[in-house]
Amino acid sequence: MAEWFADNGLLLGLALLDGLAYAALVFMVAVGLNLVFGVLRILNVAHGSLFAIGGYTAASLGAFAAARGLPDWMALPVLLLAAVIVGGIAGPLIERFLLRRIYSEEPVLQLLVTFALFMILEDVQKLVWGVQPLHHDAAMRWLGTVDVPFGTDVIPFTAYQLYVLPGVALITLVGLAWFLRRTLTGRVIVAVTTDREAATAMGIDAKKIFLLTFTFGAGLAALGGALASPTAALVPGVGAGTMVLSFAVVATAGLGQVEGAAIAALMIGLGRSIAVYFLPEAEVLVPYIIMVGVLLVRPNGLFGVTETRRI
Amino acid sequence: MNSRTEAFLAALLALAVLAAASTTPWLVFVLTLALAKGIAVLGILLLLRAGQVSFGHALFVAFSAYTVAFLAPKLGDATLLLPIGALFAGVLGLLVGLFVVRYREIFFGMLNLALSMVFYSLLEKLYTITKGTDGIRVPAATFLGRTLDRHGYEWALLLTALALAILCAVFARFYLASPMGQALSGIKTREARLEFMGVSARRVLLSAYVISAVMAGMSGALIAMTSRHVTPHLGYWTASGELVFIAILGGAGGVIGPFLGAIVFELVRVYAAASFADAWQLILGVVLLLVILFARGGLWGMVLKLCGRRA
Repeated sequence: MAEWFADNGLLLGLALLDGLAYAALVFMVAVGLNLVFGVLRILNVAHGSLFAIGGYTAASLGAFAAARGLPDWMALPVLLLAAVIVGGIAGPLIERFLLRRIYSEEPVLQLLVTFALFMILEDVQKLVWGVQPLHHDAAMRWLGTVDVPFGTDVIPFTAYQLYVLPGVALITLVGLAWFLRRTLTGRVIVAVTTDREAATAMGIDAKKIFLLTFTFGAGLAALGGALASPTAALVPGVGAGTMVLSFAVVATAGLGQVEGAAIAALMIGLGRSIAVYFLPEAEVLVPYIIMVGVLLVRPNGLFGVTETRRI
Repeated sequence: MNSRTEAFLAALLALAVLAAASTTPWLVFVLTLALAKGIAVLGILLLLRAGQVSFGHALFVAFSAYTVAFLAPKLGDATLLLPIGALFAGVLGLLVGLFVVRYREIFFGMLNLALSMVFYSLLEKLYTITKGTDGIRVPAATFLGRTLDRHGYEWALLLTALALAILCAVFARFYLASPMGQALSGIKTREARLEFMGVSARRVLLSAYVISAVMAGMSGALIAMTSRHVTPHLGYWTASGELVFIAILGGAGGVIGPFLGAIVFELVRVYAAASFADAWQLILGVVLLLVILFARGGLWGMVLKLCGRRA
């Protein structure tokens, strides 16, 4: 064991750091998906596409800002701006003109509608940004690298992945928990989640809450994409991959759970990056092995609650 | 519509297929693919009856197609390859089914998607076995030990596909009318009532799932033998999406719907896909939305309406 550590310790350290950064990104997408499901009771299959579009927008805006000679530190706020733009435009449009028509439909039709949206957005993204890989990493370069002490060695790691990604994820987690429990709007959202009819009867405008939640969830997906854009090149198909992965996180955590999504994202993020370093062939399998493993033992996910069935 | 009219319309469609194929030689290939896809879509239709939609049935199509590709050099007869492909897909369907029938709606659809994406990644990454995205060439199969020339081979496949399509459609019709099939619709309306009657909803859904996997397997074997080349793309989410698209386009109301949908789909694709290659998914998505929002019954629904008006 000690010998193994001497040989592979550094690799493991790198895998953990990578895993943490990756988990942070996965969490951002999954929590948005989960929040939207919790309130609207619709699983947005196009959620991954919003992630991809957020990433592409961030890369384009970043390149534009750099070309205009804006200072280097501007690369960071540009990421946030991209998320606000994508969430602020796509969110209300999709909710108002598509989802609002299908709230009372059967679940299978709701799934089909968001799946159709997914097909549309995947091509829109290809039409706008083409199929060539797009990469703009100004934000990551500006922050430079940090030497992370690990035992007797140090691991050089980018400050962006070490501080910014987990930092934003943590702020989102704490902020969301605070927002949902302590503010009026947040509590109204929780009320609609728990019992839509009762909430509406109390005078809550459920439509407004739906619009707000969906826009917010779309923004979170776009922010995840924007934050991911400096770390890896964007390619077509990234939306589909993200969608499936964030669903795996949501399924592992249990639908509608916020804190649970963080834990599941950590499990899956770390599991995947350990696989990347030690068993590269199994990289794509690990998240789903974790998911299926959890679901076999707990069919509703780690923190999911069993719904009573109607008769 | 009574069964005599339906049989008459089915015969009309079969005759139209044969007539079109004999007058226009290049249509033989297109129509074989369309019929093959129609068989897989018929499986999707069975699941739709239970109110479930699978976004991952291309998994079984691809699994069977690769089985055929691997076995074709050794046992090159269509009469062996077809049943083996279908059988392998059925066994995989049973394994996957045992897991996914524990879930409904969102989880059912998304778990299928996740599993198919895993299989796709494996096909792509295990280059030593599957040759990655290059795919594998499939040698021409013999028919009952006879080697056919190109013209004969194409026609033999078309006739096989047509025979299988009719066989599967008749089977599906009897199945849906049987107590087992009636219970399938029961899952959609109110599952708890089924359970109170002592019927295991899981077992009912599992049987439909395995049948749908076998149908997807037949489809995959036919596609492998027709296109003579298999690639991981057969199992990508877009392929699964196409199956769902055709099911909705054709109309889930009757067993002819899938074939009507598949033929229209493939014919349109021959003309449109080349000119709109980048926007193909987008067009499919838009049409899917339009059908769901404005013409629920699909093409078959329109045929029914026409017949109803005359009668």
